[in-house]
Amino acid sequence: MFGDWHQLWVIISTPDNIPIVAMLLFVPFFTWLAFHNALANDRLIAQLEGDPQLARTHHRTTYPYNSRWERELHTNPFLMRKELLAALIITIILMVWALTLNAPLEEPANASVTMNPAKAPWYFLGLQEMLEYFDPWIAGVIVPTLIIVGLMAIPFIDANPLGNGYYTYKQRRHAIWTFLIGFEAIWLVLVSIGTFIRGPGFMWYWPTQTWDPDRVEFNVNRNLDQIFGVNGHWLAHILPAAWKPEAVIIARGLFGIIPMVVYGIVAALFIHWICMRTDYSRKIYRKMSLVQTVTMYIFLITMLFLPVTIFLRLVFRIKYVWETPWFSI
Amino acid sequence: MADEGGESGSKPGFLDHIKKKTRELGAALTGKAREQAEDLKKPEETQLYRAIFRIKHDDEPRNRALSTLNNLFFHIHPAKVNRDATRYGYTWGMGGITFYLFIVLVFTGVLLMFYYHPTKVQAFRDILYLENDVPFGQLLRNMHRWAAHLMVMAVWLHMFRVFMSGSYKRPREFNWCIGVLLMVLTLLLSFTGYLLPDDQLGFWAVTVGTNMARATPLLGSQGPFGPQLGMNAYNDVRFGLLGGSIVDANALLRAYIWHCIAIPLIASVFMGVHFWRVRKDGGISGPSPVMLESETKV
Ligand code: HEM
Repeated sequence: MFGDWHQLWVIISTPDNIPIVAMLLFVPFFTWLAFHNALANDRLIAQLEGDPQLARTHHRTTYPYNSRWERELHTNPFLMRKELLAALIITIILMVWALTLNAPLEEPANASVTMNPAKAPWYFLGLQEMLEYFDPWIAGVIVPTLIIVGLMAIPFIDANPLGNGYYTYKQRRHAIWTFLIGFEAIWLVLVSIGTFIRGPGFMWYWPTQTWDPDRVEFNVNRNLDQIFGVNGHWLAHILPAAWKPEAVIIARGLFGIIPMVVYGIVAALFIHWICMRTDYSRKIYRKMSLVQTVTMYIFLITMLFLPVTIFLRLVFRIKYVWETPWFSI
Repeated sequence: MADEGGESGSKPGFLDHIKKKTRELGAALTGKAREQAEDLKKPEETQLYRAIFRIKHDDEPRNRALSTLNNLFFHIHPAKVNRDATRYGYTWGMGGITFYLFIVLVFTGVLLMFYYHPTKVQAFRDILYLENDVPFGQLLRNMHRWAAHLMVMAVWLHMFRVFMSGSYKRPREFNWCIGVLLMVLTLLLSFTGYLLPDDQLGFWAVTVGTNMARATPLLGSQGPFGPQLGMNAYNDVRFGLLGGSIVDANALLRAYIWHCIAIPLIASVFMGVHFWRVRKDGGISGPSPVMLESETKV
């Protein structure tokens, strides 16, 4: 049933969901703020590029400037009073929040009564959402590890020397798009789906659709090999007799390699095409060491794999692209 | 006695002498008190003040700088900072806010520890006790809970600003990595705290969370190549995390110790390194003067 606004309100007003509701306001605001600063700097950069004489003498920031001002201020009081102010504001927000909303407390822990839905705290719902698309070892272990290592790798694979310590969009287009896709379009969207869309049984409920704990979903997901009708008949002819009973499994395992390789090539070509688009990005790309390039490709290809798989699952109901007896992707 | 009394009657009286002395002393004391009351208008001249602060607090540039450098807590800052770096518009104050929230959490957390026992029998009751009987207990619990959520938000926004301002670039690559670890520690702090009330919410969240650990490749009983390496429910990583094969008393104790002792300690050390490196890498990265493409050596 749709149009159940009460249901939506229940989800939004759950005390533990307040942070993600707040994030849905904060993140756009700070994205705007960052771009507001970046575009102002970009205009200055364009102006300086067009006027080398000016570039030689300009102070090169968009902040108010006066050549008689000292470049540096005393920490006390000019920085400390701002820190004090920030601490006061946060304290007030925290106090008001703590006075108006109580921290949730459910029934005592009981292993024989399952919570439905059983959800992780909001900041882990992205990972829990990933569990819907991948086997637990990928969603729960490989993906978090790749996120952590990938984040740590950023400074070492971003070979672009421009935009160090100031906001800019024009000089760092690729880096900024990558981060926005990773952080906002994938991570925060998954967290939001996990929070607002997933209901009892972690099933998909559109906003304003009533949660129904008795709902049963018929599992119509198929593997890619089933769609292509891979049944191992051909393979059975060439395999040694002892392996014949396994023909279907072997055929599936081998078949799955094809879409993975095709995806890898297409994604790599796409990334390569993006890297070659402007003169400047071409120069940086050529400057990168082999290790840098390979690492960048591995992480970008993997990152893009997530939305592709999610799309395949949600739209085409495909469960596994590649199924083997040991692991399935 | 009587003799002496007679003598004092004839000479200038002993009593008069005392009266005179007293009057003199009184005048001297009043004068001194008045003088010292005057001095109190300049507290920074007192010995007590100097003993505590060591320097004058006046508008002398030297003393302004010393007020930062001579204080254990403030000397985390340099004496002077780039004039535009103090703008909220550049850092959004997010790193500082994260740190402040951490302090709030330590403070409220220690207070909560006075009322909490990490045992299956008492944990849930302690929360009820806090909410219903302890003065300001509910407020305390709320503040700890919401500050934890705020800290997660602030960490993400801090990372977002560091990325958008390109502050992870040379020479700050390493500090970015320390930051990533701090973010992970922040999430782990939040997550280990989730189990402590020992209610359904925490129990099932931790059950879902640690079930994933079962699937760890090589080290989990249901992970790829785990069983082949001899992993089962009683010796895999999940068992190690929970101190058992189910979320129970041992898991509660482990979560408690990770949450209240181990992770805060580790996070404090990393924060120390993080702040140290901010200074060693030349202070806050910007706002730096913009560079042009023609000025790069690419
Ligand atoms: C517990 C978590 C953290 C605390 C308390 C913290 C605190 C701070 C503080 C106070 C600063 C000074 C500048 C500012 O306020 O923006 C700073 C700078 C910095 N932080 Fe963090 N941080 C944390 C997590 C992170 C994370 C998650 C990252 C990135 C992944 C990170 C990367 C950096 C970098 C690279 C700088 C230098 C920025 C510059 O020079 O402009 N930090 N941090």
